[in-house]
Amino acid sequence: MTTSTPETGYRVETRTRTSRVAGLAAIVLLAGLFVLPAFASRGLIQDLFFIFTMLTLAQFWNLLAGYGGLVSVGQQAFVGIGAYAMFGAVILWGLDPLPAILLGGLAALALAVPFGFFAFRLQGAYFAIGTWVLAEVARLVVAQWRAVGGGTGTSLPRQATETIAFTETIAQLLDVRPAAARDILAYWLALVLAILAIGGIYWLLRSKRGLALAAVRDNPQAARSIGVDGQRVKWFVFLAAALGTGLTGALIYMQKARISPDAAFSLSDWTAYVIFIVVIGGIGTIEGPIIGVLVFFLLQTLLAQYGAWYLMILGLVSIGVMLAAPRGLWGSFSHRTGIQLFPIRRRLTGGRL
Amino acid sequence: MALLSTHGLTAHYGQFQALFGVDITLERGECVAIIGANGAGKTTLLRALAGVLPNRADAIVYKGEPIGDRPADAVLRRGIAMVPEGRKLFPSLTVEENLLIGAHARKLAGPWSLEAVYGLFPILKERRHGPGTALSGGQQQMVAIGRALMSNPDVLLCDEISLGLAPVVIRDIYNAMPQIRAGGAAVIIVEQDIGQALKVADRVYCMMEGRVTLSGPAAGLSREAIHNAYFGAAA
Amino acid sequence: MNWLDTIVQGILLGGLYALFAAGLSLVFGIMRLVNLAHGDLIVLGAYLILLIVSLLGLSPFVAALVALPLMFGLGYGLQRVVLNRVLGEDILPPLLVTFGISVVLQNGLLQGASADTRRLPTGDIGVASLNLGPVTIGVLPLLTFASAVAVIVLLNHMFYHSALGRSFRATSDDPVTASLMGIRPRMVFAQATGIAMMIVTIAALYLGMRANFDPAIGPARLVYAFEAVIIGGLGSLWGTLAGGVIIGVAQTMGAAINPEWQILSGHIAFLLVLLFKPRGLFPRAFD
Repeated sequence: MTTSTPETGYRVETRTRTSRVAGLAAIVLLAGLFVLPAFASRGLIQDLFFIFTMLTLAQFWNLLAGYGGLVSVGQQAFVGIGAYAMFGAVILWGLDPLPAILLGGLAALALAVPFGFFAFRLQGAYFAIGTWVLAEVARLVVAQWRAVGGGTGTSLPRQATETIAFTETIAQLLDVRPAAARDILAYWLALVLAILAIGGIYWLLRSKRGLALAAVRDNPQAARSIGVDGQRVKWFVFLAAALGTGLTGALIYMQKARISPDAAFSLSDWTAYVIFIVVIGGIGTIEGPIIGVLVFFLLQTLLAQYGAWYLMILGLVSIGVMLAAPRGLWGSFSHRTGIQLFPIRRRLTGGRL
Repeated sequence: MALLSTHGLTAHYGQFQALFGVDITLERGECVAIIGANGAGKTTLLRALAGVLPNRADAIVYKGEPIGDRPADAVLRRGIAMVPEGRKLFPSLTVEENLLIGAHARKLAGPWSLEAVYGLFPILKERRHGPGTALSGGQQQMVAIGRALMSNPDVLLCDEISLGLAPVVIRDIYNAMPQIRAGGAAVIIVEQDIGQALKVADRVYCMMEGRVTLSGPAAGLSREAIHNAYFGAAA
Repeated sequence: MNWLDTIVQGILLGGLYALFAAGLSLVFGIMRLVNLAHGDLIVLGAYLILLIVSLLGLSPFVAALVALPLMFGLGYGLQRVVLNRVLGEDILPPLLVTFGISVVLQNGLLQGASADTRRLPTGDIGVASLNLGPVTIGVLPLLTFASAVAVIVLLNHMFYHSALGRSFRATSDDPVTASLMGIRPRMVFAQATGIAMMIVTIAALYLGMRANFDPAIGPARLVYAFEAVIIGGLGSLWGTLAGGVIIGVAQTMGAAINPEWQILSGHIAFLLVLLFKPRGLFPRAFD
């Protein structure tokens, strides 16, 4: 974003040299990731699918908590409702899973309206537990929905998973089996979703709305006095996060093809992990969740065989980060070096003071 | 040796430096007034003395001990009590509880007790079971002073105790000062009202922009010298 | 179906929820800290009592007495070493740290005690009951409720009629001015968390005697506690008891209609209160 006033020669910029170099590198990296399924093993594709979806969830949680000051512990509600709406549309209406994912996102968006209505009555820490209660309510209600398996859950019908749009083309093009083709489709969608999430959030934060968001987070009273409607900004962020989280949830369960209320509304899988990713990587930065998800995946790969120890260590690491380096890995690095890949701070350049 | 002295005391609020090497002394039983315009650093000086603002250990020496790096609660335990600016009564406590909490951490036999404070300010005894915040401004100030006295301090720091009060109420409050001094406490008052300060104090420090610009016995300072110390010599 | 009996059982269950909530309420009232690990600490307390019971062969009540000082120490230490460092204007660090503690506790218990469900031995008292015509009251639920009332009476007395409570209230009002009174806010916070952990121990005693427990049930206890606090209104301990009773009655009534609706009914009662009385039923005049 560049706004220039001709008389003074001052320019307000958010872009930096590093960010431009990083932008070029990112384009090369993304091109590589898009063609990757042509060479990579199915296992790698599945791992990357997991990383991209967790990254997307983390970006949206970071938008809520890191930029919006809304610490939600109930985002699993939107994962679950997105996934269940997708399942419902496929099972009850015979919809193709691909458009049903969009429906999942919309369902999450719709749920966010009553959700926010209740949760915004609570402040700060109580907002956190309030969202948790609401997510529990959503889980318990969905567990009563017999058509999609009630409390035990259900699977996507075989004919639906085998005929997902484009899978046949992918199978022929890359010469893989239909199940692998479905993973590749899910991988591409996850990659696109992650790019859209990061790009969208970056765009949002650099826009006027992003300024308003920072103002509301830092000082609601002062923001109101300069005409920023805090409630409206919070609603906007909350709804956007619900939509993105719902889409991601639907996509995750299209790939899994099997759902149950306890799994789809799992606090630890869809919110606790996500919080760890954001905290370890660096809250309030776009780079943080990217670093965080990589660290998280590494820890999981190294420690998953140790069961409960793994989660204990994850918890201890995040407590340690919060105490010793509350900015997280990326935040500390960026603070020390001044390097920002997604700069949103506005700087005054050119002109004379 | 002085009871309390500062040595090159400085204070910062973030980037902003509020005190630049302040040296003052307070003798036993003495009353010293600190005067100066708004923003001269008077309140900052008291906050530093009370331990609210951290400092070098040897920047503040009390009874021969460097205490500049001690937190506020440790400073109180050593016998320096403060009547903070704006009174700062605890809203969830009654008048009597506000007084009692003054002796929470330092229970010394001395001239000051609940009864002695009620003797000094009889109105407080009538209102003792009501909330402190229901009192008038002057009565709240009495509670704040009584609360500080309850720890039987050797040094009493009074920050702007006349601020926002009607002249007749200010007179009532300052009428208590001789009795307070008779109890043995040395007093530092920060005061906007120069006339009031000169009347009650033995010595005066005048501050401007974070520095002491004038000091001397209250009786010996001319109006002109104070005016210059207040606003700068060029004024 | 006996509605009177259902309601009475719900009221007694509310006593347990009030015990869950009292510590949460105390800590929030004094330092505006919401401890997301509160439920897991209750479960930890239950395991600690179980450990003492099996090691020393004591009755659960005596074991809880032994556990009280240990849990106080744990709370005190937790506050001094960890939580005091993250208190401040920003609510995010304490939330994230206590959330981390919750995950660590759950998985630590899972590792140390396995996922098997446990129960504290109750002896005769577990099955004893008083028959009052249409209503049968279990001795244990009655004891739970009586303990909740006793805890609240004692807490209120401590809070409003003791020097300790005075320092708690002063610190809650204004920690900087409290430090001018010689109070160490950090120590006050540690004492408060220690006391909260003693209440947690009592809650753990009844939790473990009345039902099975396993390492994973902490978060749900936190949620019930939280709902009771919000329904009652922040800062009111009797309100918290009322909140617990409302959740308890809603749960037993929901369960009487359909066992699957027990938990859901409690949540819905909470949401209804939030809808009509966002500040709770007995809000404090000032905050």
